[in-house]
This record gives sequence, structure tokens and C-alpha cells, in this order.
Amino acid sequence: MSNFIFELARTLRRTTFSILACMAMAAVSADAQTTEIPRTQDGKPDLNGIWQALGNAHWDIEPHAARAALQMQAGPVVPVPAKPVLAFGAVGSVPSGVGIVVGGEIPYLPEARAKKIENQENWSERDPEIKCYLPGVPRATYMPFPFQIFQSSSHFFIAYEYAGALRNIYMEDPGPAQVDSWMGQSVGHWEGDTFVAEGSGFNDQTWFDRAGNHHSASMTVVERYTMTSPHHILYEATIEDPETFSRPWMIRMPLYRHVNEDARLGQFKCVEFVEELMYGQLRKNPIGSEEGR
Amino acid sequence: MNMRRTIFIPAVLLMIANSGFSSHIKAQVQARADGQWVMPRTTDGRPDLQGNWTNATITPIQRRRDQSAVYSPEEASRLEGGRAARTEALNQPSDPDRVAPPVGGDGSTGAAGGVGGYNYFWIDAGDRVAMFDGEPRTSLIIDPADGRYPSRTDASRQRMAEASQFRRQFGQYDNPENRPLAERCVVSFGSNAGPPMLPNYFYNNNYTIVQTPDHIMIMTEMVHDVRIIRMGTPKPLPKHVKPWFGDSWGHWEGDTLVVETTNFSPTQLNRGQLSGATDNLKITERLTRADEHTLNYEFTVDDLETWTDTWTGEVPFTRLPGLVYEYACHEGNYAMFNVLSGARAQERREGGRQTPER
Repeated sequence: MSNFIFELARTLRRTTFSILACMAMAAVSADAQTTEIPRTQDGKPDLNGIWQALGNAHWDIEPHAARAALQMQAGPVVPVPAKPVLAFGAVGSVPSGVGIVVGGEIPYLPEARAKKIENQENWSERDPEIKCYLPGVPRATYMPFPFQIFQSSSHFFIAYEYAGALRNIYMEDPGPAQVDSWMGQSVGHWEGDTFVAEGSGFNDQTWFDRAGNHHSASMTVVERYTMTSPHHILYEATIEDPETFSRPWMIRMPLYRHVNEDARLGQFKCVEFVEELMYGQLRKNPIGSEEGR
Repeated sequence: MNMRRTIFIPAVLLMIANSGFSSHIKAQVQARADGQWVMPRTTDGRPDLQGNWTNATITPIQRRRDQSAVYSPEEASRLEGGRAARTEALNQPSDPDRVAPPVGGDGSTGAAGGVGGYNYFWIDAGDRVAMFDGEPRTSLIIDPADGRYPSRTDASRQRMAEASQFRRQFGQYDNPENRPLAERCVVSFGSNAGPPMLPNYFYNNNYTIVQTPDHIMIMTEMVHDVRIIRMGTPKPLPKHVKPWFGDSWGHWEGDTLVVETTNFSPTQLNRGQLSGATDNLKITERLTRADEHTLNYEFTVDDLETWTDTWTGEVPFTRLPGLVYEYACHEGNYAMFNVLSGARAQERREGGRQTPER
């Protein structure tokens, strides 16, 4: 209901020619100004809800033109899609994207840039997403799947649809991460109306996207979640990893709320979806073999 | 306790009791005066169930036949002492001069046939008898009164027999799908995430609960599984949509969180305690804070086409002192590859691939 009022207020603000509208606006605008974004009972911006990034960052976080496939091979005239992705046709093609890297290009050290290109050339064997591995941070945020924030006065927890990944963002700093992990250890605090999560303790196995962008286990990620409207979060993350990048760099993008009344986070427990890929050759009778069905 | 406070506070209480304060306020003040625990509440006034919990226990799900419902204090302490002694013994450093296990294992049913698996450092199977309402329980099931699963219906036995017949056409190492769900890193051992959320008697019986006015999120350490319980009037999923851990809806009855779950995943049902259940299975869970360290968890399994009666269990969830690590299972699942490739190597050694028994 309150969302309806926000929408109404915004619509009415635009229709100033209507006296009725002006009256209605007067009735709601004072309230709308102070409660432009929803707040929890303790006064913090209320980020509870289901959110998703739109756009094509999950293909490649750097600005890019559309291309035929994630993995290419040399062709007689021009490069063509590599064999592992050929069957997907246009479904496997990469849509263009303006990128989410502030300034456009990731400031790789030379060897790290070379590794990125090598990753791209061997995408089908190397991208952890293909094997349904946990996506890491910040990749989890802009996968083509929604995630749900559970925020209370004492907890801030994110459940991601993809692979059932999750992060319990500690509101009290437990000290340095004791072990490296896929989703890392994050510690949260509020800076005014911005929720800041400082992530560390990552392993070096996760990527930033399907384009081979990578990092080392020295990476830290400082994320900032700022609500800019009841239905939008401005997401910014600063990535620092002196082993891979020549300087800290940032990504920035809006996140959108799933506004449908019956919105719910789906399940994408993909481990069982990749067993044929990962273990199919180890079946007693591999499918397609003489004995296999 | 300070003598002056013990004398003074009841006098204050009496004044409050007579002054028309809400019973809620009275309860809080009274509890503090007695030095007793006060129900922690969220900003919207609900009992605060949040934090890390564990349901590890040495009390089994089913009671031994002809056993009473409650251990005597001596029995409970003997059991806990026995577990502690065993843990202590198993925690000793391995003998560096020990010989290799026999080729093919020692024939036992232990990990990998007794060639050795986890040492006890990794195991956390529980070290306490389940204490519920102050009673040391001999089983988690409390209804039926004998603490055992009710009888299965003929139709349920038939379904289990058919499932078993289907499985028998495969060797246990023939395909990844023939391995247990936990070994495949799909869900936990036993019924950790549930529902019902039961201990697995092995390790990682840990949970994190986060609570908002609209949702209760219960994360199970193994395998980083999240149950999202929606609060309010159920708008159930279509019958044919059956997610892992089912479709759960919650509401408050006083200070108890009541969760009703339907639409169970057939793959998840096809194992363990819930084998043979039908699409009409409904599980009702009740979570109540009992004290500072305890969350009382009660569940009722209702599927009269599968069991001749409903069955109910009570499990204490106790505060987990500490944080929960990431349970990244699939990412490091060398076992699946090695188990299957080991079986293929064995077949090659035994004379080439064999056609499956049909």
C-alpha cells in the first residue's frame, strides 16, 4: 500500500495542471519527502526485499560490443564460435554492454591482463559458473538471478538465488577471516543511509563475469548499498588487489526491486544440473557409449 | 544477589501490578527482578529467534523399544560421560608408526570400508542428551507415545518397495545419481534443513536464523541451504512446483512461530525418514524461545496416506557459541570424482566393463 502511495505521489507531481492532483499531492508530499525510502523501525533504510541487477554485466563487466560467443576459435575468414559453445547459436552470443567499471577499463597489471585473455580463450573449462561453483563477490550481485536481503536490527543476510549462495554480513567484526572462502567474510556498518560491507578472506577461484575477469586471494571488496528510491539501490563496490590490479577500481550499477506482489526468491540449486558435465564420463556406461542409454 | 535489590524490587512489582501496567511490561520487570531470563524481542515486538543455533544431540530420533521417555539422571550422565570419553580417545594424535589399512578396507562399514576417513577432529556428532522442558529425553519423537515412527500404510510400503526395486537395477557406484544427496553436495546428511530440521548425528548441525516482520530465514550450515519462510496468509505454490525444503508459510501464535510446509521435493522425500511420503505431506513446525540458550523446536508430520498416524517430535536447539563457516561442498567435491573413477578402475581390473544388471 505504501508503495502505491509513493508511486501516486510521483505521478501526481508530474500532473500539476490538475487542481485535484495538486490537492492530493499536498496531502501526501510532506509524508513522501520524509519517507521517500522505506525505513526499519530503528530508522535505517529498509533494504529488505528481492533485488536484481539489469543489464549485461554478468557477460562482461567492461564495456563491450556484442560478439558471437563467449569462446571463439580461429576461422578461415574471421574468428568463429568455439566448438563447446557452437550448439547454442545466437543463445550463446554475447549481448553488448556499457559496462559497470567506473572509468571503463579494469586496471590490470600486464600479466593479469594476459591471464584474463587466456581465461577467455579457455572459458568453457575455466568459468566457475559453468560448474555451479559459488559466485564470489561482487559477481553474486549482478548474476542474472535475483537475491534477497534479510535485514533486521541485528543482522544483515543476503541469500542469492544462483547456486543457493549466501552471505551473513556480520554487524560485529569477528577479526580477520580464519580461512579463505568462496563468498569471503564480510563485515557491515552504516555510513549515514548507506550500508557498507567490507569483504575479505576470498579465495582466488571466483571470477567477475563470463569474460575471464579474475582476481587473487588478496582481493578486498568494499560494497556500498544506497537506496535511491523505494525500488532502487545504487550498488558500488571498490576492488583492491595489488597482486592483480595496478590500483583500486570501482564498479557501479543500480539494483532493481522485484515489485510484483507475489515476488519470491526462486531456487537454483544447480549442483545436480552439472553432474553430467562433471562426472558423465565416469558413469558405468557413459551416455552415448555403446553400453550407455 | 544484592540483598537490598531482592527486597526492594518485589515492592516495586506490587506497585506496578496495581497500577494497570500492561502484562507485557509486568512480565519483563518481574523477570528482571527475579534475575530471570527475559524474552528478547525484535523491534516489531516478536520473540527474537535470531542468531546461531545447533541441534546436535546424542538422543536418537526413535526411542529404543521398551524404554521410558526420559533417562534417569544417572543414565543421562553415563551416556554423556561415555560420549565424552570416546571423543577424548578419538581426539588423540594418530600413531605415526601405524601400518597402512588392508587393501580394500577391513570389511567394516566405517568410512570407505574401514580404510579410514575423517578423523574425529572433523566430527561433531553431539555430546549431550536432548533436554526438553527440563527432561533428558530418550527420543526426539514424543508422539506416538512409544517414541517411535507410527506404522506405515500398505500403500506407503508399496511405494517404498517400488522405489527400492528401481534403485536395485543400478550398482551403488554406477552413476552420480546413485550416490546419496549429501555426498553429491545437494543437501545435508539426514534431514538437517528439513523440514523437519533434525540432527544428522555426524557434524555441522548448525543453523543461523534471521528474522524480519515478513520473513524468517533459516540457514543450514550443510550445504549452505536457506529456507525462506514467508509470514502471513499462505499463497501456496502450484501443486507441481516442489522446491527443496518445500514451500513454507509462517505465522505467530502468541510467542510461538508456527510454520506450515507443503510441496516437498520428490527427490528430497525419496530418502530417510520421509521416504514413501505422498504429495499431501504437510509438516507443521513450532519454534518457541525457552530461555537464553534454548529454542524449543517441535514438529508434526502429517501424511495419513503414508503413516497410520501423525507423528510429532521435540528437539532442543541450543545457542551455538561462535560463527558458522561457509560449507562450500560441491566446489571441493573430489570424492564424487574419485568414488566414480575408483569404481571404474575396479571394473577394469576385474575384466572390462560389465553390462548393467537389469
